[in-house]
Amino acid sequence: MLQLVVFSLLNGLVYGMLLFMLSSGLTLIFGMMGVLNFAHASFYMLGAYFAYTLSQHLGFFPALLLAPVLVGLLGALVERHGLRRVHRFGHLAELIFTFGVAIVVGEIVQLVWGRPAKSYQVPAVLDVPLFRLWSSSFPAYKAFMLVIAILIFGFIFVVLTRTRAGLIIQASLTHPQMVAMLGHNVPRVFMIVFGIGSALAAVAGVIAGPVLGTFPGMAEVLGSIVFVVVVIGGLGSVTGAFVASLLIGIVQTFAVALNGSFGDALLAVGVPESASGPLHDVWKVTVAQVAPVLPYVLLVAMLIVRPTGLFGTRET
Amino acid sequence: MRTWTRLLLLVIVLAVVAGVPSHATPADPIRIAFVDPLSGPFAATGENGLNQFKYAADGINKAGGVLGRQLEIVGFDNKVSPQESLIQLKKVIGENIQFVFQGNSSGVAHAISDAVQKNNERDAANRILYLNYSAVDPALTNEKCQYWHFRFDAHSDMKMAALTDVIAANKSIKKVYIIGQDYSFGKAVAEAAVTMLGKKRPDIQIVGNELHPIGKVKDFSPYVQKIVAAGADTVITGNWGADMVGLAKAANDGGLKVPFYTYYAASDGITAAIGAAGIDRIRLVHETHPGNPNAPKALGDYITGYRKLHPQNDVNQPRINTGLNMLAQAIKRAGTTDVDKVAAALEGAEFTTLGGDHVVMRKEDHQLQMPVYISVHTNKNIKYDLDASGYGLSLEHKVEREKAMQPTTCKMQRPA
Amino acid sequence: MSTGATARPLAVAVDPRAVRLRQSVVWVAAAVILVSLPHVFRTGAAVPVMNQMGIAVVFALSYNMLLGQGGMLSFGHAVYLGLGGFIAAHVLNLAGRSVVYVPVPLLPIVGGLAGLAFAILFGSFSTRRAGTVFAMISLGVAELLGASALILDRFFGGEEGITTNRAKAPLLLGLSLTRDRDIYYLIVFWVLLSALAMYAFSRTPVGRMANAVRDNPERAEFVGYSQRWVRYVSFCASGFFAGIAGGLFAVNYEILTAENMGLAASGTVLLMTFIGGVGSFAGPIVGAIVFTFLQSMLSDYTGVWLLYIGILFLATVLFAPMGLAGLVALHGPAWRARRIRRLVGPYLVTAGLGLIAAVGVIGLIELTHFVSTAATGATVKRLFWMRVSVATPWPWLAFAALAAGGAAGLRWAAPRAAAAFTSATAAAFGR
Repeated sequence: MLQLVVFSLLNGLVYGMLLFMLSSGLTLIFGMMGVLNFAHASFYMLGAYFAYTLSQHLGFFPALLLAPVLVGLLGALVERHGLRRVHRFGHLAELIFTFGVAIVVGEIVQLVWGRPAKSYQVPAVLDVPLFRLWSSSFPAYKAFMLVIAILIFGFIFVVLTRTRAGLIIQASLTHPQMVAMLGHNVPRVFMIVFGIGSALAAVAGVIAGPVLGTFPGMAEVLGSIVFVVVVIGGLGSVTGAFVASLLIGIVQTFAVALNGSFGDALLAVGVPESASGPLHDVWKVTVAQVAPVLPYVLLVAMLIVRPTGLFGTRET
Repeated sequence: MRTWTRLLLLVIVLAVVAGVPSHATPADPIRIAFVDPLSGPFAATGENGLNQFKYAADGINKAGGVLGRQLEIVGFDNKVSPQESLIQLKKVIGENIQFVFQGNSSGVAHAISDAVQKNNERDAANRILYLNYSAVDPALTNEKCQYWHFRFDAHSDMKMAALTDVIAANKSIKKVYIIGQDYSFGKAVAEAAVTMLGKKRPDIQIVGNELHPIGKVKDFSPYVQKIVAAGADTVITGNWGADMVGLAKAANDGGLKVPFYTYYAASDGITAAIGAAGIDRIRLVHETHPGNPNAPKALGDYITGYRKLHPQNDVNQPRINTGLNMLAQAIKRAGTTDVDKVAAALEGAEFTTLGGDHVVMRKEDHQLQMPVYISVHTNKNIKYDLDASGYGLSLEHKVEREKAMQPTTCKMQRPA
Repeated sequence: MSTGATARPLAVAVDPRAVRLRQSVVWVAAAVILVSLPHVFRTGAAVPVMNQMGIAVVFALSYNMLLGQGGMLSFGHAVYLGLGGFIAAHVLNLAGRSVVYVPVPLLPIVGGLAGLAFAILFGSFSTRRAGTVFAMISLGVAELLGASALILDRFFGGEEGITTNRAKAPLLLGLSLTRDRDIYYLIVFWVLLSALAMYAFSRTPVGRMANAVRDNPERAEFVGYSQRWVRYVSFCASGFFAGIAGGLFAVNYEILTAENMGLAASGTVLLMTFIGGVGSFAGPIVGAIVFTFLQSMLSDYTGVWLLYIGILFLATVLFAPMGLAGLVALHGPAWRARRIRRLVGPYLVTAGLGLIAAVGVIGLIELTHFVSTAATGATVKRLFWMRVSVATPWPWLAFAALAAGGAAGLRWAAPRAAAAFTSATAAAFGR
């Protein structure tokens, strides 16, 4: 039992940190530009594919540096020549634009790399168990993922709070007109933030690709979970995204680990099982089965109780 | 202005609908529809299936075709969606195609089987035949069997019977964990595993029976932890596609080194992704000789020819060749493409596969009776590898047709 | 419309009766054309595709009650179509076993009431706020329902869904409804009825207030309307019509699955509404027809149809953010001022150049797709009724030249066409 708790905690942390790398960029983009960026996961996928190709020629670690830079530049280009043009037509047009980008990127990946999954492997140096505990082992690569995520959090935190550029970004989050009045080039700030956000998503792709698989559906599998993190954490709040990512990562992992069903719970409070009727399924539903649904329950509950999210200051 | 927009709208309706292709004239070749995913997350599987159908049709055409006509495979993209499949099915009927092959997802198979049955009841002039080459939910040839459906793959209970035979013979197995996708096929696998193990080895303990959402799990590590914590020494899974890759990768990372008994842990990038970690550990149940070691000559030549055309793809479904050839044979015997007569000719039809197996289409439930094979993932003595990875499947155990046979509850309703 | 009246060069007072007459002529004409369509298009696939379009039209119109008229962006509208459809399918099954008496033609009402019931339930907490909060709650509800559909096996039938059989239900007036063509007329009836009802709703005070709340909630409150109440009413009405679409779906396809309620289905209706145009009543109709057509027909011709759909979205957002119907509506003033003829020339030139560029781009995409998927040794591709050899550089160069030439031509022609449009429109307004 202790083994299950310890390893679930570790796995929850790793998964949560992966979510954080994806949502940190998204929360800045969302909070600053108000864009529901449906293409964010596509940049994550591009990161994995770029790194797969680069690592075959240069090795994993150069690819870890280079792929996010390339994807970041691509993101900046998309903002400069696409999103900025669409901006004046409103948020709905921007949203449809990112929808279109997501579809096009997904199809281009299939054209270039083909449809079957790519064999993108963990580098040999990190492909060893870090430690063995009871009968399980914890791979060094996952520890590496944790370290990278913590470094990214530290980096963003320092940049946002300690540098001039960070202060401008923070100001643009809430008062874009005022920042523009003060002579700052707000569209350029948007472009840089979009580029960096895409690059952060790509970092997540580079390091998640070998563990979760590199295939054309990897962006789709991720689904809308990153939006859930951003909203629960609060729009534009990196700290909020950090806390929400860990929360969702750990809750989901533990829900899978638990045995038991609603029937058991109801029985415990004295409700007998009903053998028939359309609600019979409710009795059989296990906690593990509802694990993927939990983030959305949290989302709806959060929005009803506290529409600004955990650390947010505004609703839209 | 409003009037004007509305008129334009009507013009657009007319123009758009006029574009609906109208090749209803019966063409010279015998056209056969392939309804499976050709776009989206499962496109890799569908595309490889389509290529194998075209390759098998080429073989038949080179040998003179059927009734002096060539076979032509027409792909229809159903996006693995039951709804989209029905839309495509209506197009198939509209284009006067009478034969439909489909295989990916039992959910889709149920929808198509049901729709084909309704169509054939309501419109006797435009009947179609549903030839299922891969959807293995036992229900399709048991409680939900119907006359216009024929299956060319061993259903999951036939496969599970073979798997549990092998497990029962291995005395070191004491604790089994079952994990699968939460839908009809995954549930059928779990149910069959529990009943059959209970009969064959009552001493084996089922330490876990888990269903996870299909295609939605990002990280399988929590599930693997649960398997480890349960102390399982063997895992049975029906997972396929990305869910199989994810499970194998997570098992490897989490230090879960127990044997896996699977249905679909090969090809389409899965073999390459599993790589060295799966050697002698991952076993697979399937319906034809795996090609290693000592492939029957016809099968070996068939694989070599296909790999020449598609170096990155595998002949992972030799039953495609079986299905298409049995259809061709039935059309020849019937002397016509009339669906009623072809269906009658398929009932009880016999055939010898590329692997040299003698197979029979059972009349009672339209389930092809065939031997079942169990192979192991390895890189030793692999002549025909998968995913061009150097790894492949090697034969370990064969269950002959008579032993693989399962009873059916089907009460076939034949057309008057 | 009043703006249309003042924009006339010879301002004649518009007789409201004439407007009403003209409107009813349009509705009657639409009905006549819709009824005669199956006799025009007699191919096998035409009727099923038109059935699909009809359902999509009702669904997209109901969605635009939220998005276009109420300014509420929903990622979960398919929930109401799905739930309406599931309940309609269950009722149809009960009717088939003679447990209840519901003839097939009335089934869409059952779906509508079910959609309404769930809209009342979910709307009670999701319409409290507009904007991102509303959008995100709708996303959460969609994911919740989509996932529970797979868990609650009895009601939703798991991955296989619920099947039903329309041939077993009781008949109404002895009309048999088994063939697709019979269903087509049923769908036409419900499409016309629902479209009329939704049009009428947009003219009621609540419908008008929905626009006001969308544009300026504070001022709408000053007039005495609770913005929350107005949103709630629009939401419920929208859920009702989505449920009607669900009922039609159950009758037409005789199957309902979890994916009908999923996020992808909700995304599709958002996209089709946007492509058609959210600004006018006709927009979603155009969008539903065009999108359904592309979605079900494009995959017959190319394996990369999704790429073209993606490019279509990008092109729509970049060049016609008001949607296809909006684009047409923009030309209203020029048409009435009889200046439209001056646009024909520049437009034809631009369209021709656009076509050349498109042929070039499509050619390149198709060649790439062929190279990446075709069998080794296969070098000949059929493309645009030609046989193209991909092993030589010539087809690549030719298509690249077409794409580049067309694009360069567009850079020259598009500003001129835009200028012609501006001057024609300015002339219409007497400037």
